Amino acid sequence: MDRSRRISLIIFAGIIILFILSWIIKSTTLLNVGTESLLSIRDAFFITFAAFLTLAIFSFLYKDNPYYKFAEHLFVGVSAAYWMCVGFWSTFVGNFIPKVSTTLSNFFEVPPKEFDIFYFIPLILGLMLLMRLSPKGGWLSRWSLAFIVGTTAGLNLIRYLRTDFITQVSNTFIPLLVDWNGIGPFFSDFSLSASGQFVMTLGNWVIFIGVFSGLIYFFFSKEHKGFFGHASRVGIWVLMITFGASFGYTVMGRVSLLVGRLTFLFKDWLGLIS
Amino acid sequence: MLSYLKPSQVISIFLFLFIILFSFASLAISQDTETIEEIIADSVNIFIPTTATDVVAVDHVYDCGEAVDVSWTLSTDDEKIGEYKILRAGEGSPDFVQVGVVLPGNFSFIDKSVESGQSYIYKIAAVYNGNAVESEPSNIVIPDTEPVNWNLLNLFLIGLLIAGAVIYLISHAKSGKKLFIRKIAGLEAIDEAIGRATEMGRPILFIPGINDMDDVQTIAGITLLGRVAKVVADYDIKINMPVARSLVMTTARETIREAYIGAGRPDAYSDDMVRYITDEQFGYVAAVDGIMVREKPATCFYLGAFFAESLILAETGNSIGAIQIAGTAMPAQLPFFVAACDYTLIGEELIAASDYLSGEPRQLGSLKGQDVGKLLAMIALIIGVLSITIADAWGVDFFVWLSDKMDAMFTIQN
Repeated sequence: MDRSRRISLIIFAGIIILFILSWIIKSTTLLNVGTESLLSIRDAFFITFAAFLTLAIFSFLYKDNPYYKFAEHLFVGVSAAYWMCVGFWSTFVGNFIPKVSTTLSNFFEVPPKEFDIFYFIPLILGLMLLMRLSPKGGWLSRWSLAFIVGTTAGLNLIRYLRTDFITQVSNTFIPLLVDWNGIGPFFSDFSLSASGQFVMTLGNWVIFIGVFSGLIYFFFSKEHKGFFGHASRVGIWVLMITFGASFGYTVMGRVSLLVGRLTFLFKDWLGLIS
Repeated sequence: MLSYLKPSQVISIFLFLFIILFSFASLAISQDTETIEEIIADSVNIFIPTTATDVVAVDHVYDCGEAVDVSWTLSTDDEKIGEYKILRAGEGSPDFVQVGVVLPGNFSFIDKSVESGQSYIYKIAAVYNGNAVESEPSNIVIPDTEPVNWNLLNLFLIGLLIAGAVIYLISHAKSGKKLFIRKIAGLEAIDEAIGRATEMGRPILFIPGINDMDDVQTIAGITLLGRVAKVVADYDIKINMPVARSLVMTTARETIREAYIGAGRPDAYSDDMVRYITDEQFGYVAAVDGIMVREKPATCFYLGAFFAESLILAETGNSIGAIQIAGTAMPAQLPFFVAACDYTLIGEELIAASDYLSGEPRQLGSLKGQDVGKLLAMIALIIGVLSITIADAWGVDFFVWLSDKMDAMFTIQN
């Protein structure tokens, strides 16, 4: 037996011992707080197993290893099966069966609804999708795909035109001179407060230039040269500054996820924090 | 005198008198009781609010007869009452049923439980401490269907303009005339990245995002896959494509198969190039991370719709030293790709890149048509911002009128 294999076995044995120890200690802790004996053993197993899986996933930060692989394959297998069950019970049994068959509704113990013949259209499209499994009827699945893509494009056209285009343009209709009473009052009442004239005016300029230069950056019918080139460069700067702010904001959100897992480990598993 | 009467007659008279007296006594007692109740009511000072007035019911405009707008003038005791109950009855029916409740201060309600073509009458009950004072009934209203929503006329006109431009430019492209599209820098990087994988003899990893085929970003990613697969087939490189959606798997397999057939090497194609992993977001990420560190691809493409997995994928790809090219239109994920990838197609660049590469008249015409929309937006922005600035700062009548018109043109009413 080579050295690395021996070390792996020692680590494996250590983890098994730690797991069993943790299971026993957690069971005892749960028993002490009044949980029924069988329930405490079961709950202690699940808490210990969840902690093991959390640490197994964290171990990827060091390098790929068999424990990460185990957690990964378990996660993928369980989730794939889970989503298949969700798809069957929510879409097929939950939506389709009650609308087409009282007998099947009774069989699946879901309340039947008023018969709707239109529900056979998605059924036919779904069966056409499955024709991909047939060597000769594979082309039929393209019709279903075309239906999905076409209807989505059509529905989204209006939604995006409304929210991403018209509302964006109308929200950018802002005055570039806020509360303007002339150059004299502007300097005499100069203030750097957030609701002051200068900051409000500056904010409106940033919005206008940002939106306008962004539009130029995404204009594909003209080379980015001369004025267009300079404006598009301003556009990409605006985008990058926005990305920077968004990066920091999202990272803080991710830190809260980490805190959640650490709380599980130190509170639910180890009981070190209350 | 009674001695002249028979005993039965005397008894009858007594009975008659008794009944009369009893009736008067009962009446007197009940009157007394009412008086006592009034006295008690007066003593505890029960408050009876004034009623809501001017109840008006009108058909909700631009719907299929599914709603009625009810409005009223608030009770003068509005600040004291608990709520307004909205009561409804069919025309001619005396039975009013409650169809809604609003808090004090509210003087309108949309009744969405009506049927098209039926007649309805409404009342408003001002309620204080359980005592409801009902208003006079409203006018009769019949909810009706309006086939055209004229509030959305501006949306229709703008949509018509852009769609018209797209259709015109598609037909223009189909007629064989060339449409100019500027070079998209990221596309050169795609060829460089594939070249690097060829030199290193390592596979290419292609991630089309985690959304289904109903997302335009996934479609754009699959279009770019066609281009990548063509080069991959030419250079005989291994491509690995784990996916999170079954429909994406079938489409991607078809795309790669066509690319291999186009390259004259159908025998080299295998369905195993595209593998379904799981629909679960982080299960998929865990699997893709594992694939990355085990197979160590030379190049990673992330082209499609991404969510929280973007940074995890891009960081893992970075850690194995792969060249990474990303493209997504998800604003929240772009920062991670920009930070961790070698090149990023930002937002619409992803769509434009797929159109540019496909070279199809329909896609090129569509891209140019969208540019017409952007041009329209730029012109509108300049006119709108200048007019509102001049109108606000100097109050010039023409610019006040113009800013109002621009605002109306780009405001959507429901």
